[in-house]
Amino acid sequence: MKSDHQTQASSDGPIVELRGVNKHYGALHVLNDINLQVTKGEVVVILGPSGSGKSTLCRAINRLETIDDGTITIDGKVLPEEGKALAMLRADVGMVFQSFNLFAHKTILENVTLGPIKVKGMKKAEADKVAMKLLERVGVANQAGKLPAQLSGGQQQRVAIARALAMRPKVMLFDEPTSALDPEMINEVLDTMVGLAKEGMTMLVVTHEMGFARKAADRVIFMADGQIVEQATPDEFFTNPKSARAKDFLGKLITNH
Amino acid sequence: MEGYLSLWDEYGARIMESFWANLQLTFWAFLISLVLGTLLAIMRISPIPSLRAFGTAYVNIFRNTPLTIIMAFGVLVLFGVFKLQISSDFNLNFFQIAIIGLSIYHAAFFCEAIRSGVNTVPLGQAEAARAIGLSFLPAAQLVILPQAFRGAIVPMGNVLIALIKNTTVALAGSVAEISGLMKTMIEFRADQGFLIFLTVALMFVVIVVPIGLLVTWLSKKLAVAR
Repeated sequence: MKSDHQTQASSDGPIVELRGVNKHYGALHVLNDINLQVTKGEVVVILGPSGSGKSTLCRAINRLETIDDGTITIDGKVLPEEGKALAMLRADVGMVFQSFNLFAHKTILENVTLGPIKVKGMKKAEADKVAMKLLERVGVANQAGKLPAQLSGGQQQRVAIARALAMRPKVMLFDEPTSALDPEMINEVLDTMVGLAKEGMTMLVVTHEMGFARKAADRVIFMADGQIVEQATPDEFFTNPKSARAKDFLGKLITNH
Repeated sequence: MEGYLSLWDEYGARIMESFWANLQLTFWAFLISLVLGTLLAIMRISPIPSLRAFGTAYVNIFRNTPLTIIMAFGVLVLFGVFKLQISSDFNLNFFQIAIIGLSIYHAAFFCEAIRSGVNTVPLGQAEAARAIGLSFLPAAQLVILPQAFRGAIVPMGNVLIALIKNTTVALAGSVAEISGLMKTMIEFRADQGFLIFLTVALMFVVIVVPIGLLVTWLSKKLAVAR
């Protein structure tokens, strides 16, 4: 099963592909015929006003949200509905949440090693080694023995990134990773993310941080009312938005900041 | 006072023996109902509808049936009609049937106490567990339940305390426990009626009060910092 998994990891096809994805919350059409491809190594930033469906889209990709119709494939495999197959595919998709969601009863080190040990069957000693390297990389190795509540928000979010990376994911999803942070902690998380992007990690990032989009994105996707309204390179999008909705959105940002 | 002392001369050994039966009932019923309650709680939060339905039905049936009736059912129906023999020893058989009755009843309460603990665990914990590839059971075992138990110490302590006192209902299941002996003592030593009550009540207080203190201490010590 596992080796089969790896041989199928083709590098030519898109890592994430959504085709005709729809989702409703009652009368609200939160995802309206979404078509999207993310290729290997690409950094895609999703922008849009709140309620536009961008978080739902991000969460649908590892099925934390179900969809009504359409297909989502991860590295050529259709996302299963549930069970072991879904769990296995999720292991290949790293997820970073707005509210960090570190396991509150486990130490920082245990947070990072839990997945490798329990999902991938890695030996504890090896998992510890890998985890310490990752914690070092995100700059919190000296906190390894502490509990999440003893760390600042920025540190917790960097641990969350390390926890996701420990699974060696094919793609990383970030669902507003800096929205719950104090302003002075936003940059330490964004810097970590920029570093990841530079190393060639495939990333899909829902954010309000325009600076990150300019600096690290290969492509910006603008969503409104559950639809993808516009796609462009960051340069093109910020200097010359085409749709009225995007112009309106960017205009409000400028007046607000 | 002399009358009371002579009561102890006469019944002392049986008082201790009977109360020991209550403590043994408590111990075994606590172990079994805690395990059973945990399994029921897992069923009630599981993604499988038929397991959820079973857990809900179990809790509603046994939480809403008086314990005395469950105990009487064990002796009069399971033993009396269906000749249930767990042990060949007559008294031990009643004792074991009483343990089953107490366990079945309190499992429903432990299940609900644990479920209240599950509600103290933010949804994001389960989402993060699923996101790293854990399926339902490992996520429950490694992430949700360890936090749920810590959040449910006070309600679980309440169930344990209720269980300790409810062991007196084993009287309805023909077990020689302390409330049965109390009835006998009052019958034969009516002069000591009040002190007999007080003695038996105090024996429970001596057990229950430290447990209450322990529960409060544990709930603080093990609280999950968020």
